[in-house]
Amino acid sequence: MSEWWSYRPEDMLLFSPRVYWRMFELHNAAIWPLQLVALASGIVMVILATKRPPRGERWIAFMLAVIWLFVGWAFLWHRYATINWAIRYIAPLFALQSLLLLIACVAPQVLLFDRRGIGKWSGSTLAGIALFLYPLLPLTFAANREQAEIFGIAPDPTAIGTLGLLLMARGKLRKFLLPVPIIWCLISGLTLWTMEDPRALLPIAAVALTLAVGVW
Amino acid sequence: MPIARRLVLQGMLATGAAALVPTPAPSEENPPLTRRIPSSGEVIPVVGLGSWITFNVGDDPVLVDECADVMAAFFEAGGRMIDCSPMYGSSQSAIGHGLAKLGHPKALFSAEKVWTSGGDGAGQIEQSRQLWGVPRFDLIQVHNLLDWQEHLEMLVEMKAAGKVRYVGVTTSEGRRHDLIEEIMRTQPVDFVQLTYNVIDREPEQRLLPLAGDRGIAVIINRPFQQGALTRRLGRENLPPWAAEIGVASWAQFILKYVVSHPGVSVVIPATTRVDHVRENLDAARGTIPDAAMRARMVSYVQDL
Repeated sequence: MSEWWSYRPEDMLLFSPRVYWRMFELHNAAIWPLQLVALASGIVMVILATKRPPRGERWIAFMLAVIWLFVGWAFLWHRYATINWAIRYIAPLFALQSLLLLIACVAPQVLLFDRRGIGKWSGSTLAGIALFLYPLLPLTFAANREQAEIFGIAPDPTAIGTLGLLLMARGKLRKFLLPVPIIWCLISGLTLWTMEDPRALLPIAAVALTLAVGVW
Repeated sequence: MPIARRLVLQGMLATGAAALVPTPAPSEENPPLTRRIPSSGEVIPVVGLGSWITFNVGDDPVLVDECADVMAAFFEAGGRMIDCSPMYGSSQSAIGHGLAKLGHPKALFSAEKVWTSGGDGAGQIEQSRQLWGVPRFDLIQVHNLLDWQEHLEMLVEMKAAGKVRYVGVTTSEGRRHDLIEEIMRTQPVDFVQLTYNVIDREPEQRLLPLAGDRGIAVIINRPFQQGALTRRLGRENLPPWAAEIGVASWAQFILKYVVSHPGVSVVIPATTRVDHVRENLDAARGTIPDAAMRARMVSYVQDL
């Protein structure tokens, strides 16, 4: 495209808010009741990160790997890409994140959930937002509850919940696991902001908190 | 005898039998204003249908059918040109669904674009054609001048081979008007597409007069500034003299202004609503503002 600098974010928005939110409604209907499994897995991951049983970190990495692959394949590739061709270039990042998480699953001592203090509490907060606040957002915005974004199903709560879990962790691989969720949160935040949707604040705030706490 | 026939007809109306008499469609009774395509002499209604954003509905079955409803209302109201691009997500398949559902209306004037960087332009056009489900496109334009030299050369060859009827180039939001002007002066284009409305009036200075001089048809995109202009003007009252030119809404005000420029061939507002597509086509009927009225329209908007 010529003269990239002359384009505004709204020039890149290919779809209307109505189409965007109905996409979640159709996706939720298509995969029900996987939402319950995804939510339960998220709760289990937070419990594992908090209680730290033997091999708990490997189970967390494994479950996240499955979730990232599923969200990238089912939602981004097969759903979102139908209204946004740029998503075809972003969906492979979700597969990359899944691969990195699988490495964290099999390699020893690369991801340890033993951070205390601000890391643990800010991470728990982000995980709580992803797991429990996101499903309730349609009620706040007077939207159809079938349009709810669920952790493990929709990309925003998945990325925010992953950032939360990573804030609770340390280890050699952690810094490699942060970029993809951060990139997604920035993309989605910009998209929502362009649609003038206040929900844009959530992924943007998640990135800000991650960067602030990550360098603490 | 004529009286007797009138009485019979009145009787039929009174008893509801009028439903058996074919009623002319609104477009047949009061067809929209048309303009001539300079390179061929073919006439075309001045209001077409854009698909940017509005027809990108993915595989949502409800919304895809709503697009078909908009297309049905468009053809019923006398419209012909539908414009799309490979850049517009799923809009091409939504149009294809609508055309198939409507039995491929003969009135259709299909306007597509090629939009690929250094790639397989011919392959992209063929993919677009399959999505529309048409034997060939009436018009193919180089979208936003992307690799325009390579693509325009290919389009001219396609036109010579009878694989497309017209060729053109597009831009939007006032970008690269200098290059558009150069292309209009030097290349064998039938159409150019650009942004023009009662606020963005730069094309009045050079491009619209040049199009007239060079015999190039002009398609106007984004007449409502993607809805921003109608939202902004919607907070204000229409001028008290709006009824004099048959304007009942700000959308019609904007469209009347655009189509009343003699250099404009077609304006392509996009919408998701059946009532809006009818309203848009109605802007091409009745009184068309003259130069004095156009100046009055500009002045009124500038003073708001």
